[in-house]
Amino acid sequence: MLNFLRYPKLLIKELLIGDWLIILLSLVGIFYLFQTLWTNEHAAKVQIRIGDKIYATYSLNQQREIHVHGKIGDAVIRISQGKARFAKSPCNTQYCVHQGWLSHAGQAAICLPNQISLELLGDAKPYDSLNY
Amino acid sequence: MLKPAHIQTTADDHRIAKLTAFAIALHMVEAVIPSPLPGVKPGIANIVTLYVLYQYGFATAAWVSILRVFASSLLLGQFLSPTFVLSLSGALLSLAMLWLTMHLPKRHFSAVTLSILAAFAHIAGQLLVVRLWLIPHAGVSYLIPIFALAALFFGLMNGLVTAKLIAVNTSNKAI
Repeated sequence: MLNFLRYPKLLIKELLIGDWLIILLSLVGIFYLFQTLWTNEHAAKVQIRIGDKIYATYSLNQQREIHVHGKIGDAVIRISQGKARFAKSPCNTQYCVHQGWLSHAGQAAICLPNQISLELLGDAKPYDSLNY
Repeated sequence: MLKPAHIQTTADDHRIAKLTAFAIALHMVEAVIPSPLPGVKPGIANIVTLYVLYQYGFATAAWVSILRVFASSLLLGQFLSPTFVLSLSGALLSLAMLWLTMHLPKRHFSAVTLSILAAFAHIAGQLLVVRLWLIPHAGVSYLIPIFALAALFFGLMNGLVTAKLIAVNTSNKAI
């Protein structure tokens, strides 16, 4: 009775025209899901927060260094060629600096000791990465 | 004095119990198979659900599916845990999908179609719970394509096995 496990061809014969249709539609649907959910939108703006307050929002279309005064000292945020990063931070761990360049909408870098965070925003905000 | 409780059972109850036992056994087998990605499982217990749907109708299939979820979670020590809630939400949504799709013309749509669509419904139910309760973060959407692909693959496999089981069973009856 379990012969079909040894001969996969016996199984394919069970497929009817509607089944093939469903499989084809599913493949198209999954391809579409990959396309829409896995393409990273390039960011347009960077939002800087200090604590729970929005400090400022800058366009990424510029070459600029921003000095921000945080909880324990001055941090330097660099904007260049559509990307942004922590360039300098007074914190001990330097995790925020090591995170490097952020370029896609929704990406974020957070400096907990200094209570400064960066979040990149697209033209339409795809999701809220700092809420949770 | 307390009288010993006596529960009247019907032939239907016995059948449901037997079929559920099959489903639980498959669920247990699956529980020991390691998964490369958390949440991606073949769901072979659903072969029983689907087979029962074709042989005995929707009500029996619903009983078998829900009882299997409860009993398996008790056996694995997951009752009322997030795993159990995920399992239940997936089972409920795929039952709803089966209820809708069982009316498709049998000439063109076999158990494979039902299996694939139920697998999609299953993963949709689980992702809904994950998104609303466990990980309330839109980043969950990155996982949707992977889970959908896995659902298509395993739904196809389970559906093929079910279709074959039904075919074998009907030809045996004919003899």
